[in-house]
Amino acid sequence: MRDLYAAYGPTQVLHGISLELATGSITALLGANGAGKTTTLRALCSMTVRTRGEVWVDGVRIDGRSTEDIARLGVAHVPDGRGTFLGLTTEENLRLGAWTRRDRAAVAEDFERVYRYFPRLRERRRQQAGTLSGGEQQMLAVSRALMSRPRLLLLDEPSFGLAPRVVREIFDIMRRINGQEGVSILLVEQNASMALELADHAYLLETGRIVLGGRADELRRDDTVRRAYLGAG
Amino acid sequence: MEGFLHQVFAGLATGGIYASVALALVMIYQTTHLVNFAQGEMAMFSTYLAWTMVNAGLPYWAAFSLTVVAAFVLGAAIERIVIRPVEDAPVLAVVVVFIGLLLIHNSLAGWLWSYTIKTFPSPFPSTPVFGQTLVSAHELGAIGVTLVVLALLFAFFRWTPLGLAMRAVAQNPGSARLVGIRVGWMLALGWGLAGAVGAVAGMMVAPIVYLEPNMMGGILLYAFAAALLGGIDSPVGAVIGGFLVGVLENVLGAYVIGNELKLTVALALIVGVLLVRPTGLLGSRQVTRV
Repeated sequence: MRDLYAAYGPTQVLHGISLELATGSITALLGANGAGKTTTLRALCSMTVRTRGEVWVDGVRIDGRSTEDIARLGVAHVPDGRGTFLGLTTEENLRLGAWTRRDRAAVAEDFERVYRYFPRLRERRRQQAGTLSGGEQQMLAVSRALMSRPRLLLLDEPSFGLAPRVVREIFDIMRRINGQEGVSILLVEQNASMALELADHAYLLETGRIVLGGRADELRRDDTVRRAYLGAG
Repeated sequence: MEGFLHQVFAGLATGGIYASVALALVMIYQTTHLVNFAQGEMAMFSTYLAWTMVNAGLPYWAAFSLTVVAAFVLGAAIERIVIRPVEDAPVLAVVVVFIGLLLIHNSLAGWLWSYTIKTFPSPFPSTPVFGQTLVSAHELGAIGVTLVVLALLFAFFRWTPLGLAMRAVAQNPGSARLVGIRVGWMLALGWGLAGAVGAVAGMMVAPIVYLEPNMMGGILLYAFAAALLGGIDSPVGAVIGGFLVGVLENVLGAYVIGNELKLTVALALIVGVLLVRPTGLLGSRQVTRV
């Protein structure tokens, strides 16, 4: 992603940010409320009015394409608020995740795979997604994204509103998904300490500009980051 | 007693037609959150197509099938060409487009086929069936055709991948895009299906009310009452509402208020439902967390 500008109507949110994600790595995008983290993810998937900038995924330029096409190119986005189809069952949600795929046998395998990651979803597979707990819904959202066999997974605040234990569980699974399947992950988080623990690289976003970027362990030791986001005095 | 049963059966026959039109309304309401006022006129127009084909010498069921296909294409085309450009327009602008569609279909039909009343053939025998006079063959046939259409639609939405995708779009278009569903085509498909269901309703009701450009006016009102009664966002509710309104209208018309005031039943129902239970029998209450 290079030199990305994004705006909602007349309000400019992103002022030319550039991010580079290494294939197969986890990158965290940190920042305070309103810094433009969610907008960055939305702009990547053509969900905002983008004014300028280029987005490349594995040598393919995706900016200017429709959200549907970008999903078909292997970018799975778990949006802010999870985007679950609340009136459909768990299983139907997962089936929709695999909507673009025609390889039935592999899809059946992937059902087993996500049920292995999250056994709770198997128990709840006939249940309406709206009746699941917040943690289960987040598991479902991640699983739905995995069902598309993505190359890049965009996660918007997966820890939001969840109990620490559940967050830990989901983060563990994300590490496994990244390690075992080589899925690249771009993670937007307010919980900076957990995100930096998980990520290989991180960027710090402030009012629509990247102010810092580097290896996650370096950022963890950085004084500004420690003071502003990790609560160290 | 026999007279009463007769009214009930006649009510079920017209009720099936209201159910079909109500279902078409609900299908479009689910994705646009608006009631397509032109739904009835689109059905009327399709019925004229069937009439033309039958008069040209085509066998009834061939004309029937071709009309359903034509209505599907017409509905999908209207979505892509007329509705798509106003997708993000204010509600009132879209309502004006719907009313425009209603007038265009109505006038076009009058211009092409004139406003004189025509008889429309029924595919069912005119002699009594099963040696009884309680219910005519056409009424029984119309109920049967309606039930088959409803069952097919139900199976489509419940068990096919395409049906699942359409339900997903109705619930959450943004998320549907994120999983790669082409939302635009699903909306067109929804309009096509609504058009096809409406066409079947038109062809089933035309032998009863006769074919003329305004034949669906009253039916659209009853269908609207049915959709509201069942819950405007519930397809199952629309079907139940349709049969209920059909029976209610016939029985009340015959015994309580007389045939001249039958349409009042629909209007009273609309006002009554909105006052007492705006979500209808099976509709869901919209809860918004802020």
